[in-house]
Amino acid sequence: MYKIENKENIAENIFRMDIVAPYIAKSAFPGQFVIVRTHEQGERIPLTVCDFDKDKGTVTLVVQVLGASSKKICEKNQGEYIADITGPLGNPSEFINISDEQLKSKKFLFIAGGLGSAPVYPQVKWLSMHDVKPDVIIGAKTKNMMIFETEMKSFAENVFAATDDGSYGFKGLVTDMLDDLIVNQNKKYDEIVAIGPMIMMKFVSLATKKYKIKTTVSLNSIMVDGTGMCGACRVNVGGETKFTCVDGPEFDGHYVDFDEALRRQMMYRNQEHQANCKCM
Amino acid sequence: MANKIPRVHAREQDAKTRIKNFDEVSYGYSADEAMLEASRCLNCKNPRCVNDCPVNIDIPEFISQIAKNNFAKAAETVAQYSSLPAVCGRVCPQETQCEGSCILGIKNEPVAIGKLERFIADWSRENNLNFLEKKENNGKRIAVIGSGPAGLTCAYDLAKIGYNVTIFEALHETGGVLAYGIPEFRLPKKTVVAHEIENLKKIGVQIETNVIIGRTFTIEQLLDEEKFDAVFIGTGAGLPKFMNINGENLNGVMSANEFLTRANLMKAFDENYDTPIYVGKKAVVVGGGNVAMDAARTALRLGAEVAIVYRRTEVELPARREEVIHAKEEGINFNMLTNPVEIIGDEKGWVKEIRCVRCTLGDPDSSGRRSPVVIPDSEFNIETDVVIMALGTSPNPLIASTTKGLQINKYKCIVVDDEGRTSRAGVFAGGDVATGAATVILAMGAGRKAANAIDKYLNQQ
Repeated sequence: MYKIENKENIAENIFRMDIVAPYIAKSAFPGQFVIVRTHEQGERIPLTVCDFDKDKGTVTLVVQVLGASSKKICEKNQGEYIADITGPLGNPSEFINISDEQLKSKKFLFIAGGLGSAPVYPQVKWLSMHDVKPDVIIGAKTKNMMIFETEMKSFAENVFAATDDGSYGFKGLVTDMLDDLIVNQNKKYDEIVAIGPMIMMKFVSLATKKYKIKTTVSLNSIMVDGTGMCGACRVNVGGETKFTCVDGPEFDGHYVDFDEALRRQMMYRNQEHQANCKCM
Repeated sequence: MANKIPRVHAREQDAKTRIKNFDEVSYGYSADEAMLEASRCLNCKNPRCVNDCPVNIDIPEFISQIAKNNFAKAAETVAQYSSLPAVCGRVCPQETQCEGSCILGIKNEPVAIGKLERFIADWSRENNLNFLEKKENNGKRIAVIGSGPAGLTCAYDLAKIGYNVTIFEALHETGGVLAYGIPEFRLPKKTVVAHEIENLKKIGVQIETNVIIGRTFTIEQLLDEEKFDAVFIGTGAGLPKFMNINGENLNGVMSANEFLTRANLMKAFDENYDTPIYVGKKAVVVGGGNVAMDAARTALRLGAEVAIVYRRTEVELPARREEVIHAKEEGINFNMLTNPVEIIGDEKGWVKEIRCVRCTLGDPDSSGRRSPVVIPDSEFNIETDVVIMALGTSPNPLIASTTKGLQINKYKCIVVDDEGRTSRAGVFAGGDVATGAATVILAMGAGRKAANAIDKYLNQQ
């Protein structure tokens, strides 16, 4: 059993939780994820690591109420326990293996859509700790669903907010914001990291292909064990089948078959719908 | 003459009933049935069954004790050799091991050694007998990675002789393949598997679930920072193989590992559990091993019409014979000499058909089995909603890739010597991670061998 040390409602239906898991806090790097099981009858669900505190021994997760299982986690209160958390899983972000000298010569742009701000945050923080200040686009449907803007500002060079409905910052999708930065504001980027809904990562990758900028995406495929055992997270990258859990979760966005990935996310849609009807 | 008595067949759930539930198929022997069956044993002077048992259980001895109604003594005999008899009695391929070499089998049916082993193990559990003994603690610490048959056996043997053993398990539940792979209807989890784990805890073995060695800790950290004196790697062969044919990433195609993990570990067959599982109306399982049989029979119990597709003939099926018989009784359709070449999807990307070719058998290959040869122009399609690939598994490369100096072979198996020593001092391995996918009993044998080697290594230090 793992204690929820802290729980905060950070936006509509979005919660931030610090879970006591000292082993994971000690060994986690940006880009990795964990698998959580809320209770004995629960599913194993993959969640990206948003932050980790080696001293306190906590791992920070951000969960949005989307279906039956995420609802069950979000119903847990501060001081209560979840059944299991395991990790860190997957490979750390590629840039943690690059020397500080090389890193400093690169200008990074992060594009965070919706809940994607949670996994983008530790990457921006890590780069900032290594004296690299990236730019960040945070996209949300509307103002009250925008998360991590303040936190991101303390580590990024520039934070550009964009909302679909124009209720806050730039009005438009993150891809519109990207076009604006590159075409109108004449910004130059060496590398882009885009994390958010699969459909957003698809269109960001299409756009950056046009701009010829290397783009890394972090896939949120369906998984069971997260250790390479089940193969549910199969994804086609450059014509080869990869497992998101052990080969990823980060891949070169220009080679990912997003249409297949989007379709594979629908695998259990009917069952999930039934579960939601039971639970909501 | 004792051998005039026909083999006593254990009672089973009727096929029509059992395909609607996940309860164990075989009821096992009653005491009277066990004694009658035990009386068939000739008690050979030179028992070949013992030689063909990977852990060399003194089979004639425990069987003669059953025949004499001396069950406690029989249980004690088995316990000297095996820490998981209730498991092995159920899942060992007896027909190619102990029972395969039984003299009675030449003219008649062999003694039902597996069923007798199961009987005595169940009897001893039900009567709360245990033969746990533990020598004085020697203060040395061993990390066992993986809680499957190899790890459990290694941990048990080392704890008995005084070591402090901690098992690290990646999943949330202990048992490895016993928990995620083998279905409830062959191996009941709450009674049989849970009991074995409890016994381990009773002799002081610590179990840490949710720890992935190679990620949460590396082997180096276990040795250098966590101060373990030796490490045993028993992480099995968990990575599923696919065929690399067109259409394999369509919705509805999955590995048997995924399908069985959802059903067994996550209990997706029980509506009180949240994990989803999909079988459609028709399911095709590709492969002929125990895992293929398990996946097929699980899909059947979840309501699908199921066909097995296998490229050789029934004679070459690697599955235990009892499982093949059970699968047939239950109405699984066997398509032998058939090999898939493509999976065809509908316009939305869901499986619609699987395209196969017919084969004949050619000359024996390196495994000694006759290899299938494709018959030209023999393509045909089978309509299906789900394709489950049960083609075997290979070891997870995570530990090898995060441990310096740990040698692996071309099959990604960790290289070990006869005693289970790897290329790194203090690091031992055994079971499927060293041999590739094999059986529970071979993994147990390897776990035991490595336990001996670890003891020897630490005594020499």
